[in-house]
Amino acid sequence: MTVTKLHIETTINGEPREFLCDSHETLLSALRNGLGLTGTKEGCATGDCGACSILLDGRLVPACLVLAPEAQGRAVTTIEGLSSGDALHPLQQKFLEHAALQCGVCTPGFIVAAKALLDAKPNPSEDETRYWLAGNLCRCTGYDKIIRAVLDAASEMKESAI
Amino acid sequence: MKSFTNANPRDMAHAVTLMRQARQRGLTSVLAGGGSDLLGMMKERLVAPDVLVNLKAIKGLDRVTPDGGGVAIGGLITLDALAGHPLIRRQYAVLAESAESVATPQIRNVATLAGNICQRPWCWYYRNGFKCLKNGGATCYSITGENEFHAIFGGGPSYIVHPSDTAPPLVALDARFRIAGPTGERVVPAADFFTLPKDDAARENVLKEDEVLAGIVLPAMRAGARSRYHKVLDREAWTHAVVSAAIVLDIDRDVCRSARIVLGGVAPIPWRLPEVEKMLAGQRITPELAAGAGEAAVAGARPLAKNGYKVPLTRVMVARAIIATADLGLRNAD
Repeated sequence: MTVTKLHIETTINGEPREFLCDSHETLLSALRNGLGLTGTKEGCATGDCGACSILLDGRLVPACLVLAPEAQGRAVTTIEGLSSGDALHPLQQKFLEHAALQCGVCTPGFIVAAKALLDAKPNPSEDETRYWLAGNLCRCTGYDKIIRAVLDAASEMKESAI
Repeated sequence: MKSFTNANPRDMAHAVTLMRQARQRGLTSVLAGGGSDLLGMMKERLVAPDVLVNLKAIKGLDRVTPDGGGVAIGGLITLDALAGHPLIRRQYAVLAESAESVATPQIRNVATLAGNICQRPWCWYYRNGFKCLKNGGATCYSITGENEFHAIFGGGPSYIVHPSDTAPPLVALDARFRIAGPTGERVVPAADFFTLPKDDAARENVLKEDEVLAGIVLPAMRAGARSRYHKVLDREAWTHAVVSAAIVLDIDRDVCRSARIVLGGVAPIPWRLPEVEKMLAGQRITPELAAGAGEAAVAGARPLAKNGYKVPLTRVMVARAIIATADLGLRNAD
């Protein structure tokens, strides 16, 4: 069977981008290997761990379970798209301040997942935050600092919006 | 993952044609909805198709639309959209609650209703490539193996449990399943869609070659109807039901006119409890009646060596779920 590369036109972090991919390539692979956006991590590759969380048209999805051709005509947001120049997103800043990371592999997924939560619900309860982040696994920090960082970011974002 | 070609159908009839054409050329094909189960299976090479028929190319199959007094739901609706749909939440709470209980926000944003219903079993032997009854072999390894999450009802020769959270509610709600196939559409009651391993141990439902689950139709709910989905997990989130119960009670003042009770996590199909339903019909729901219903629910249970705990778990859960659905509170359910 002859396999030809597919030409995909998409928007990544607000910029129009094009890439070539195989039909069986995941979006995670296209982002990391084709486009050099290595902030999005591969953990389990089976949708269990959330390390590859990205936003596709604003919806939180696991990039390891989305095929690259599905990005055609859609808007992708990765961890690289959260900061504005050198200014970190409040979630990134709060993860630093709360030391909510150790090895850092799960961190981009947590931050992107938390962004999806705060986009939909700017003032989540701790319970809502914990349930929302149930699909993001961390094997070293422990979750408490992560939850504190997200809740702190939420309250700061609320204050700065007033 | 093995390479494959993409096929983008215009509509369901075209999807069926694309599958048939692939087969006629000696190629294997799979249907892809959200892909959250399929991609995992392809990475594990449990399936290795030549052609991927991408159902998401078809527009408009992800909607909830009024249908008579009930609703029609496109099979490609995501679980997140289904769980959040105001009409589903209001009229068919059991279905919304079950969709909301599946996996994680990430998965619910890609996984579809039809895919959730048609997902393959999550038995660890099957998923890890054992040549079992589900995978072209002649053995169910769970019978003498690690069977703590396997069936206590309806098992043999395979002892998988049906993994879908949305399936028990759909049986309890008396849904009809719209199936597209080579000769057009056929409609099957939810209860007849799922098949026991004694009939065909390799499959979980009646879908034949070149058939697709296109959508679901739910009948109107009566004014006094109320429904709940109860799910017990072995951790707080992000896993399948160890035991679940979909309860639909039609209550007129204090009296239960009729009941539908369907269990998940305990059998190879959504496990309906007609004897328990009869016990409740025409009765006032009391803690005593609910406790009796719990006893009756497990009357036919046949646990394996390591899943005996599911029997008392099911007994208590059914009693509590009936009480909670009838709005009596949990205080006397034990």
